[in-house]
Amino acid sequence: MSTTVPATGTTATPAHAKRRKPRPQLSEGAKQERRLAFWLVAPAVLVMIAVTGYPLFYAIYLSLERYNLELPQDIKFIGFANYAAVLSSPYWWQSLEVTVIITVFSVGITLVLGMLLAQVLHRTVFFRGTVRTVSLIPYGIVTVAASYSWQFAWTPSEGYLSAAFNNGAPLTSQVQAIAVIVLAEIWKTTPFMGLLLLAGLSLVPDDLLRAARVDGASPWQAFTRITLPLMKPAILVALLFRTLDSFRIFDNIFILTSGNNGTASVSTLGYDNLFNALNLGIGSTIAILIFICVAIIAVVFILGFGTAAPGTDAGKR
Amino acid sequence: MAALTGKQQTGWTAANFVVIVLALIPVAWLVSLSFKAPSAVTDPSFWPAQWTWGNYSGILTSAQFLRPLVNSIGIGLISTFISVVLASMAAYAVARLSFPGKSVLIGLALLIAMFPLIALVTPMFTIERSLGLFNTWFGLIIPYVAFGLPLGIYTLSAFFREIPWELEKAAKMDGASPFQAFTLVIAPLAAPGMVTTAILVFLACWNDFLLAISFTSTISSRTAPAAMEYFSGGSVFTTPTGPISAAAVVITIPIIIFVLFFQRRIVAGLTSGAVKG
Repeated sequence: MSTTVPATGTTATPAHAKRRKPRPQLSEGAKQERRLAFWLVAPAVLVMIAVTGYPLFYAIYLSLERYNLELPQDIKFIGFANYAAVLSSPYWWQSLEVTVIITVFSVGITLVLGMLLAQVLHRTVFFRGTVRTVSLIPYGIVTVAASYSWQFAWTPSEGYLSAAFNNGAPLTSQVQAIAVIVLAEIWKTTPFMGLLLLAGLSLVPDDLLRAARVDGASPWQAFTRITLPLMKPAILVALLFRTLDSFRIFDNIFILTSGNNGTASVSTLGYDNLFNALNLGIGSTIAILIFICVAIIAVVFILGFGTAAPGTDAGKR
Repeated sequence: MAALTGKQQTGWTAANFVVIVLALIPVAWLVSLSFKAPSAVTDPSFWPAQWTWGNYSGILTSAQFLRPLVNSIGIGLISTFISVVLASMAAYAVARLSFPGKSVLIGLALLIAMFPLIALVTPMFTIERSLGLFNTWFGLIIPYVAFGLPLGIYTLSAFFREIPWELEKAAKMDGASPFQAFTLVIAPLAAPGMVTTAILVFLACWNDFLLAISFTSTISSRTAPAAMEYFSGGSVFTTPTGPISAAAVVITIPIIIFVLFFQRRIVAGLTSGAVKG
């Protein structure tokens, strides 16, 4: 109860104190806002930079060294020799080729299937909630759990899929194994693609489609001339996320083939160099090369976005 | 959509069933394998002739699975909590305050969301070994928080933008203290977005495999997805198909629970973060 009397006095003093030093450009309120924003943002930025920025620079440094964990006395700065070794190695180029093939096929097919799924989720009347719930299961399931399901399914004389295909063993041949990996990726990621596209689809006004139909457009024309252009931003965002995600493919390959029979991706190659060959120098070089590939993909997409890139004010309306 | 004819409705309903069947077959196969006796694994028929709980009682009494399961839950919950707290602070600043460098922050978050994890594994492995973080809970929690943050900042700032913040002012005009205005008006409005974000971040941690196998070496910190890899070998002479399937089903159960109870939230979270950005 004693606080009531000085209360007005204490709140008034700092206000006066602040007003004594007027800044012409920035009001005191705006400055306070900036300070608050700084303190709110700082912890998140610190953690993100500490965990990604610092190791990235450390990886650049390691990639310039000869550094094998089995030969700790033989650590030496060797410039770009690791890059020369990796870039002249057939393993790198083969894994890059495999990664690009898996990315192109899985993302391409997922885009088409995701569009179909989005249409189903958008148009359906019955079981709407059930379909959405069920289609979230592949998205949510642990990738490794799903990989085992596919692996067991394709094991000869054990799996139902192998039995259905003449007791075949697709995981032991390169092309078929890659097809199985792509299938596993498609199953896992189509729901995510479908849901992103559904959000874009719901922005297409039904009236516009109906008007087009009245004017004599076929459903296909209405889809390609109205729906697709209006969904372009959503499609580009979904493609960007999926492409970068697919390029990093690791779990499915690790479980399904361990990268054997010419199915190694750039990520599994990097992992093998670190944990089987224990070669930190080469492993870091591969890591940096993957980072450069991802950066190139991102830049290409963001140039394609134009002003509609996620996070820019123009894209937010 | 009221104008759908009966034929169209049948078509879409048939499409629904196709979607449901395709989504569930691999999960059903795991369930089936987890109930097959070890001797029946070589029978490729889809459902077991005889159902047995043997695989479950095996893994649920083995430290090789129980300890990693506890690790998964503990590491996932701690990482999610830290991510959501830090991301909420940053997202509040992004959604409500004007400050220089906002677009840099969003760009940084986007960059990290795209970061190739394997590029991090080699240097982090070396750093964690020298700091003594290798094979500890925190050795996984720290990178999980860092990769949960972009997801959290994106999703939460989209949610926070939708909150009618004028209500806070209105509550204060009606005599509420700033604390009351926050706890009684703003917090209930922000809670759904935070729950959604927490689910998405937890799923991402729960799902991780690459970091889990790279930064752990024993069951003291290995998570469940990484532990399944080690079911084979050792003193287990039977093929580990059954135990692996049972473990896969066990770690899928929380996901099915999330999906059943929070289907709407998860969809809203996925799409708000990615589309509205």
